[in-house]
Amino acid sequence: MNSNVPPIKIVGLHKSFGNLEVLKGIDFEVATGEVVCVIGPSGSGKSTILRCVNLLEVPTAGKIFVEGIDITDFETDVDAVRTRIGMVFQRFNLFPHLTVLGNLTIAQKRVLKRSDDEANDVANKMLERVGLTDKADEFPIRLSGGQQQRVAIARSLCMNPNLMLFDEPTSALDPELVGEVLDVMRGLASEGMTMMVVTHEMGFARQVADRVAFIDGGVIVEDGPPAQVIESPQHERTRKFLEAVQHY
Amino acid sequence: MTKRTKLLISRATLYSVLVIIAIVVLLFADWATLQRSFANVDVAADMLPEVITIAAKNTLLYTLLAFSLGLVMALILALMKMSPIRPYKWIATAYIELFRGLPALVTLIFVAFALPIAFDGFEVPGGTLGKGAVGLGIVAAAYMAETIRAGIQAVPRGQMEAARSLGMSPGQAMSRIILPQAFRIIIPPLTNELVLLIKDTSLFFVLGTTPVSKELTKFGRDLMNQKFNGTPLTVIAIVYLAITLPLTQLVAVLERKAAKAR
Ligand SMILES: Nc1ncnc2c1ncn2[C@@H]1O[C@H](COP(=O)(O)OP(=O)(O)OP(=O)(O)O)[C@@H](O)[C@H]1O
Ligand SMILES: [Mg+2]
Repeated sequence: MNSNVPPIKIVGLHKSFGNLEVLKGIDFEVATGEVVCVIGPSGSGKSTILRCVNLLEVPTAGKIFVEGIDITDFETDVDAVRTRIGMVFQRFNLFPHLTVLGNLTIAQKRVLKRSDDEANDVANKMLERVGLTDKADEFPIRLSGGQQQRVAIARSLCMNPNLMLFDEPTSALDPELVGEVLDVMRGLASEGMTMMVVTHEMGFARQVADRVAFIDGGVIVEDGPPAQVIESPQHERTRKFLEAVQHY
Repeated sequence: MTKRTKLLISRATLYSVLVIIAIVVLLFADWATLQRSFANVDVAADMLPEVITIAAKNTLLYTLLAFSLGLVMALILALMKMSPIRPYKWIATAYIELFRGLPALVTLIFVAFALPIAFDGFEVPGGTLGKGAVGLGIVAAAYMAETIRAGIQAVPRGQMEAARSLGMSPGQAMSRIILPQAFRIIIPPLTNELVLLIKDTSLFFVLGTTPVSKELTKFGRDLMNQKFNGTPLTVIAIVYLAITLPLTQLVAVLERKAAKAR
């Protein structure tokens, strides 16, 4: 990949659901290898931005470029673009009718047309990476939330994505399971993965993020290094939000 | 009176009613005649092996064919009903309402006799089997379409999103991720539909039958008329139950399992 082309470039993004305008003009870029945390109050549109980036939501106006390709262009092969974007959901969304190995291989075989052997090899490598080699033949329902989320991350990684989107990956987890998922994400970040992470984990944002974007009311209110946005926010809304999150 | 005595009295009353009815039936039924005309061993023995090799075999064959046909059509109808293209939705809705609203017998007669008139000489191929399977398949599809649609919509939206975000096409996501999960949910109601269909094959008599194409009910009725004896009816009733009871039990087991998995 040409490192001059930003993995994600969002230009004038608007999104409405019926009469409700959720995103009111977002301009945003993520550079190669950068980890960006998106924070903001509930309902501010964080998930919607992320979902627009792989077209799970279709923008009402504006353009989104993924590795230089305009995905809002009707002619773009969205499925091909999506294989290069990993997406991790709050509720894991593992396929319950498939084993862990099945979850990790199905898209490799169907989308990337890898052979069974090749897909299994990749899957096992990724399971090792998230520390779950012994769970390959289990069904998702038998795993803890933390393990399920690590499988979900491994499933995305099997497609060799160039960038990863995380939508509150630890919000559905019991507190004692949050750490194991954040550790995997830390590992990814240190290997240079480009990541866009919606999160309420301020500790993670502070330590791992290169940039933090605070969004409220459908616009980006503040965007900068964590030291600036989290430690000394410029805007009153950011300050109020941070006080609220860090108090509970 | 305490609450406890009240409860005892009401229980005792209910049991007494049961016992009295049983005694009345036992005393007043004409057991000798009943046995002669509905449980005649000779007549029953005479039905073997044809009741199994022809009648039961045909019933199962007609059912399976109608069910398979109905299932394929139902899946198409369910997908049409969820289609963003309005006319597809309308057609599916109209089809479902029409064939759920008509007696199966009317649909069967229509397929067998009205189609050739409507489309000058067009006949559904396959004789009794073909016409019957198409007719009942049409009816079964209308019922199963709604079941399948409900099953598909019961699969959480996140499953489709996860599949698409891995780069799967809509078709791949539907066939590999959504449908396998939907079918787990709808296997019990589909099995119920199968049981209904087994019984509906008794309507095949309207299509006219040859000795080798009779299903259970027609087979039993013809023998009953021939022998002036009701025993054939008892025999086919037992055969029907031997087929349907295991299926309804299976449904119960599957439903319990599904409830547990949740
Ligand atoms: N498919 C949809 N249809 C209608 N409204 C929607 C839809 N998706 C999201 N919304 C609305 O858009 C707004 C923003 O939603 P979004 O999920 O992006 O918020 P969020 O910042 O991720 O919030 P949270 O922290 O609760 O996840 C909310 O008011 C939500 O109700
Ligand atoms: Mg959200």
